[in-house]
Amino acid sequence: MENGNGNRKLSIISSKGSLDMAMPPLILANAARMSGIDCDLFFTFWGLDIITKKKMGGLNVSTVGNPNMHPWFHIPTIMGVIPGMSAAATWMMNREIEKLDFPPVPEFLEMVMDAGSCVYGCKMSMDMMKLTKDDLVEGAEVLGAMEFLELSENAQVLFV
Amino acid sequence: MTIEATSNILETVQFDGDGYMADPHAWTPEIGEAIAQSLNIELTDRHWVVINFARQEFDANGEAPTLRRITKTTDVNTKELYALFPGGPAKTAAKISGLEKPTGCI
Repeated sequence: MENGNGNRKLSIISSKGSLDMAMPPLILANAARMSGIDCDLFFTFWGLDIITKKKMGGLNVSTVGNPNMHPWFHIPTIMGVIPGMSAAATWMMNREIEKLDFPPVPEFLEMVMDAGSCVYGCKMSMDMMKLTKDDLVEGAEVLGAMEFLELSENAQVLFV
Repeated sequence: MTIEATSNILETVQFDGDGYMADPHAWTPEIGEAIAQSLNIELTDRHWVVINFARQEFDANGEAPTLRRITKTTDVNTKELYALFPGGPAKTAAKISGLEKPTGCI
């Protein structure tokens, strides 16, 4: 799987905006760039929250429909609806992320872009959510799905 | 350093299968220079900021610093780090600094 320059290439499609689903694409993109693999990111549907200026700093962990709250504690779905549960889980996850020396989402995204990854917002999702390029983090571009797939020619594509 | 001198130095150094020095303790700045040359990288003062920091960390903790630690602790930022060490700074900087293949995720 190579791009035109003979480098390996990864294309990551990020479709979920909860904190626990925002970290994997960022970690993978960063790891790819650190080891010399080209990597572009396409944010669609709720994944757009990760690159939306107003949302990116406040992503939450969902405690409902998330049966694997390990290693902190297990929250039965019926308990997850209690007000404050999600905030508590989010607070705990942010603390663990910091302990591992991972930056918070906005800084992580900036780091990945500085490392040479291109970041794209899905045009259709943005139209649906009434977002414009100005709502996205600086440096992000708006792209249609077909165009992103064209850019991903000969890349390994990951859907998160 | 001439190409000839470089290859002479590298002949005396043991590497693992991935091109990292087998014994990080055997590293010298001259070996670092020679490895960089073999990777087509001309070392500048800015490279040495990173290399010296990586060696210090290795001496202190027994392992190479993560890229995040390098950019947080030195004045070399992410953009510059990638410009200094093309082809993936985690791998390239570790090779030149004579350190093991990095295993960190950040």
